[in-house]
Amino acid sequence: MADLSCEFLGIQSPNPFWLASAPPTDKAYNICRAFSAGWGGAVWKTLGEDPPPANVCSRYSAHRDTHGRILGINNIELISDRPLQVNLDEIKQTKKDWPDRALVVSLMVPCKEESWKRILNQVEATDCDGVELNFGCPHGMPELGMGAAVGQVPELITKVTRWCKQHTRLPVIVKLTPNVTDIVQTAIAAQAGGANAVSLINTINSITSINLDTMVGYPPVGNHCTSGGYCGEAVKPIALNMVGQLARHDETAKLSVSAMGGITTWRDAAEYLSLGATTLQVCTAVMLNGFKIIDELVDGLSRWMDQKGYRTLSEFRGAAVASLTDWNKLDLTYKSVAHIDQSHCIQCGRCFAACEDTEHQAIAFQTSDDGKDRTFEVITGECVGCNLCQITCPVEGCITMINPPGSNPEL
Amino acid sequence: MASKDIRNHRMSDEVYQENFSDIKPPLSFYQSRLEAGRCLYCHDAPCISACPTGINIPSFIHRIADQNVDGAAQVILEENILGGSCARVCPTEVLCEQACVRNHPPECKPVMIGRLQRFAIDHRQTAAHPFIRAQTTGRSVAVVGAGPAGLACAHKLARLGHDITVFDAHSKPGGLNEYGIAAYKLVEDYAQKEIRFIFEIGGITLEAGSRINLGHQLADLSVQFDAVFLGIGLESAKSLGLPDEPSEGVEEALGAIKTLRQTKNLAELPVASRVVVIGGGNTAIDIACQMRRLGAEEVTLAYRRGIQQMSATHHEQLFAKENGVRIIPWMKPTGFESKAGQLRGVRFVRTAEAPTGELIETGEQITMTADRAYKAIGQTITADSFAYGKLALSKNGKIRVNDQFRTSISNVWAGGDCVDKGEDLTVHAVQHGKLAAQAIHQFLQPPEVQVEQGDGRP
Repeated sequence: MADLSCEFLGIQSPNPFWLASAPPTDKAYNICRAFSAGWGGAVWKTLGEDPPPANVCSRYSAHRDTHGRILGINNIELISDRPLQVNLDEIKQTKKDWPDRALVVSLMVPCKEESWKRILNQVEATDCDGVELNFGCPHGMPELGMGAAVGQVPELITKVTRWCKQHTRLPVIVKLTPNVTDIVQTAIAAQAGGANAVSLINTINSITSINLDTMVGYPPVGNHCTSGGYCGEAVKPIALNMVGQLARHDETAKLSVSAMGGITTWRDAAEYLSLGATTLQVCTAVMLNGFKIIDELVDGLSRWMDQKGYRTLSEFRGAAVASLTDWNKLDLTYKSVAHIDQSHCIQCGRCFAACEDTEHQAIAFQTSDDGKDRTFEVITGECVGCNLCQITCPVEGCITMINPPGSNPEL
Repeated sequence: MASKDIRNHRMSDEVYQENFSDIKPPLSFYQSRLEAGRCLYCHDAPCISACPTGINIPSFIHRIADQNVDGAAQVILEENILGGSCARVCPTEVLCEQACVRNHPPECKPVMIGRLQRFAIDHRQTAAHPFIRAQTTGRSVAVVGAGPAGLACAHKLARLGHDITVFDAHSKPGGLNEYGIAAYKLVEDYAQKEIRFIFEIGGITLEAGSRINLGHQLADLSVQFDAVFLGIGLESAKSLGLPDEPSEGVEEALGAIKTLRQTKNLAELPVASRVVVIGGGNTAIDIACQMRRLGAEEVTLAYRRGIQQMSATHHEQLFAKENGVRIIPWMKPTGFESKAGQLRGVRFVRTAEAPTGELIETGEQITMTADRAYKAIGQTITADSFAYGKLALSKNGKIRVNDQFRTSISNVWAGGDCVDKGEDLTVHAVQHGKLAAQAIHQFLQPPEVQVEQGDGRP
């Protein structure tokens, strides 16, 4: 059985799955339920200075596919709306009750050294394992000069991170916002300030949809709506790219990363780890399914590791980084073509419609004399190996991309 | 009813109600959206060509998924104005759903096209009729028979601006939808609801209870009206040709279904304890299952050939078995047994198939006890229809029509069960009526607009 335990900045956790700083980690009750369920750690929902902010109603909205499945959600909830001392007391008790779990506290206070010094002292007294600087919250807080307002300005990131490093002995993780042009620049800024690690990504600015009856966007707060932070499965490709960019950039390659963004299954987790992440943070998947999904995450990851012969997470951490390169370094002589397995084909013709209408007319469509059987076959000479037919095919394993004779896949 | 073998009030009111409620309950919004999500939106989708009326099925299902239910309904109604009843009565398992690519492995389960079609029609929100009648042309068409073929034809022609008079012998329009379909397939007076919807187009006058004797009246009709459409169905039951056939207790299945459909309180209907149904089609299944559901203790369906040759679909046969109907093939009726004026049994001889494919009698005699026997061996066109000599017959005794459904009389068209085309299904009748309407419309155009009717295209 694979060993899923991990160490991150000296913080131990029985598995790499932490709850991200978000509504599910707002108080001890939720976090204790999560730890009972088996979560390896949690980042306590962002603490700020008293008085705590007031939250609005409503707060979340979903982006669904045509058939009603949720692709992502957005939220306009602010940092913790409970008094600071209540949170601090609960953090202390929780860490005492669950000493083997990672407990990191997310922080966001005004851009003044004194404010950061004060709260760091208070948080240190809870015996938590580390702090995460929330430089990413895209809604509400930036208007007050906090959250993404800091995270979008590299000089501010460096300055605040440096203050924190000066005023606490705890490991400092800087949480990066994806609402920037180049994530590498903000990560370098965090590193320059002395950050021990970065976590990414925070949520993405979004409007999920518009109510076409009321002409108010979602989530509605009376007759108004404001941009919210988008998260969930749909953001995974964006987050994975950002994690990958940091891993392959010389100046950030050695930075420890706690990755998040749409992690829903063990596969997502394994992918982030393969791009160099050490721990993983999850939020939307538990908001939609509850804490119990930890069982499937842990089981799936460890079975896959067993199958591959990986005994520990470090044995495959970063294993896919070497595959990342620039477009102009790609091999122009590499060829693959589509192959349709006729024994699996259900004759829907989706591949034909895609190729004929939008690609290279590389699929031949024939109907039997009685009109009952339809055959779709790749015209190998016309196929550019774009993968679109394989993507549109509803039957797994029916269309495969193969290396045509004479090509050299090992170049 | 006094007899212990033939009596009413066999069950509680609740059981009657349950037995005759919708056998295929409608999909909910949620179910329909999930099911619509299963449609693969195939290229040149096989289901479209499998639908006799050519409904663009992937398009209407896509609209359901998009929550554009009115748009979905419009797509259906454009090709099939009786899309609501077809969704309920079509043997979709041998039509659109048989062609669905999801029947292939690994899934082996088609999209529920019929039930999605019903959902779209039932949940249409717009109050207005989906089509606008063209400016009136002043041309008139008589439609004889207000069944699915006649209704489809009348609607299409009315939509094109012609003035239509629909004659029907019965007090209510609808034909087999009103009188011939099993009650649990079209509940809550659906046939009449649909007809009211069809007539919303305007320009259609209904003459119900007005039997047209074609032999005497067709000549006049074809003069009084610019064109005539015959959708007269098959009204005369076929005969077994047995000497004691007109016995007490030996009835026509279609007549019994008609009575059943028009009975408000089914508990009042006298039902036999032991029923034998003779026939192998969907009407035989319909009467057999309905008798079981009315409380008959034993219902046996006897068919003179094998299970494979039954025209009732496999799905219908399974339904019969689920209803506790016993199906016995290779049984040819030879006579009836009565005692004191009451039917007591039906005599059969066992048949077999000769190596030549011919049906032969084995000589083995079987008598099945029965208090009531129903004949469901098919219908023929009413003989007097052909008394007017100009109306030519096909080889199998139906009205002869060409590809445009035109009869041997130049301004008379025909469609539905009374013509020798396609199977006798509601959906085929609708298509006949629709195509005939297009041909009639072409015929009614001023000569300079008329196009050669060779291939039936405008």
